[in-house]
Amino acid sequence: MVAQLFLNGLILGSIIALGAIGLSLIYGILKFGHFAHGDLMTLGAYFAFLFKVQLGLPFWLVFVLAAAFTAGIAVLLNIILYRHLKDRDSVIVMISSVGAALIIRNFVLLFWGPQNKFYDKAIQMPIIIGDGLLRIKENQIIILVLALSLVIAVHLFLSKTKLGKAMRAMADNIDLAQITGINTEKVIIWTWAMGGVLTAAAGILLAFDTHLTPVMGWNLLLPLFAAVILGGIGSPYGAMFGGLVIGISQEMSTLIISAAYKPAVAFTIMILMLIIRPSGLMGKKV
Amino acid sequence: MTFAGMFSYLVFFLIFVGIYAIMTLALNIQRGFAGLFNIGIAGFWAVGAYTSAIVTKGASPDHLGGFGLPFILGLLAGGIVASILALLVGIPTIRLREDYLGIATIGIAEIIRLVIKNEAWLTNGVRGVSAIPKPLAGIFGSNYNLFFLLIVAAVIAIFYYLSEKGINSPWGRVLRAIREDEEVVKAAGKNVVRYRMEAFILGAFMMGVGGALYAHFTSFISPEAFRPMQATFLVWIMLIIGGSANNFGSLVGAFLTWGIWTGTEFLTGMLPAAYTTQAAAVRVILIGIFLEVILLSRPQGLFGEKKYSSKKTAADN
Repeated sequence: MVAQLFLNGLILGSIIALGAIGLSLIYGILKFGHFAHGDLMTLGAYFAFLFKVQLGLPFWLVFVLAAAFTAGIAVLLNIILYRHLKDRDSVIVMISSVGAALIIRNFVLLFWGPQNKFYDKAIQMPIIIGDGLLRIKENQIIILVLALSLVIAVHLFLSKTKLGKAMRAMADNIDLAQITGINTEKVIIWTWAMGGVLTAAAGILLAFDTHLTPVMGWNLLLPLFAAVILGGIGSPYGAMFGGLVIGISQEMSTLIISAAYKPAVAFTIMILMLIIRPSGLMGKKV
Repeated sequence: MTFAGMFSYLVFFLIFVGIYAIMTLALNIQRGFAGLFNIGIAGFWAVGAYTSAIVTKGASPDHLGGFGLPFILGLLAGGIVASILALLVGIPTIRLREDYLGIATIGIAEIIRLVIKNEAWLTNGVRGVSAIPKPLAGIFGSNYNLFFLLIVAAVIAIFYYLSEKGINSPWGRVLRAIREDEEVVKAAGKNVVRYRMEAFILGAFMMGVGGALYAHFTSFISPEAFRPMQATFLVWIMLIIGGSANNFGSLVGAFLTWGIWTGTEFLTGMLPAAYTTQAAAVRVILIGIFLEVILLSRPQGLFGEKKYSSKKTAADN
């Protein structure tokens, strides 16, 4: 039972981690909480639904196209909205992102309707390991492998490429980064694109594990923010770690409290962190 | 539509405008005057609504009850419980940057929704609380809504007066100074955290009372009865349209926004019944785009910030 919950938590945690990396970098570089991030995740999952189920494309192509389209929308949001608001009070940018979240969610409702959707309706028999100790579906193994590969790719990108290093530098200290001659506008655009790709991947994997609903991403927004705050705003590695901690704690919490209150766990961890160490595990002072 | 029908619709419309105006005045204290970011308005609204419903109803087998308190005490109780909630949310977050408070208020609104949905002994769960008493219901007969509109107007008048009074007092000046430059106020020896907390609690009290009025007017509340994010978002649009830190603007913003929102319902109402889900989605998209356009093109809202100055400096000029 404990091992099973841990495994479920690991799957949820890696999905949260993927979404939280982009959220944390955007938060660190642009200094505002992006409240439409959860709904971008939903959008990515529905783009994949469009390409896979409605157009019948192969899975790898679906993944690439959905990620590219979501990245495009994220960049578009920056160009139309956030770029023009960045010199204003951060509350204005945040409320504008809340508006973007509602607009995206309702576009999803408009085009795909409120009913649950599935990439694949066939029921998978779980693989049973160790005399019923662990049950894992084939899909879930694919999710773990894909999530791990993406995290490694992000790590290589952030540590080896010039653009990746510039992103980290900007999230760390934007003034210092500008002095060193980094083209900040370009880096900001690429950060949105990367955030879009990762959050689309998170959405697709989540829908792959369960199903698609228009509120799937919104329901994960609080865990995403909790992961970002736990890891420290602007720290991509903190966000990965935070995502895993939040995912695992949410699933393991059902040992003690009613499963109905699972979403409250992320909130509680976040509040505790804000009391003990508001800068997060790997972040700077706030 | 007959004249009488139109008049009764107008009264009904104005009651909703009034309830939203209370929320906007409350948010104006938090955001306009103190710079606080609250996107969990629906949480305080729901707490006020449920508290007042439970304390004013007679005994019911479905949920906690049997207190049978008068309407006025119900409103006060709604406000007080919402304030206590604000205090609890504020303690860990109010000393940090405004975005933390924003995230925390979303969280608390979500937790309140979970509690309302799952603790059936308290709230009757998803089935909701019905037959919430309407004050003096037997006396006014078919003109009842007109009487209720007067109650709402009276509450607005009180809150408007207190808000104007507060903001022109030394307390209000310190609040606005904190919003502009926290460090300066700290250097002047003021306890910044306490002032902010007071504004947060005061706003939450007003939201609680507004929620209580909503419960008594509709007479039925449930976790599915209204969409929390939509309600919160509408209040924000009302505030932004009216202009932050402007009480009069808040009232006009509530009126205009609710007018536009209701107008889109008329528009989408012309669609065939098969498209109701789509129609609802289109409404939210339209109002969302409306907000973004306002933010980009007229950030100060219709009225901008009212210039407040003490009588003495006004005389000096």
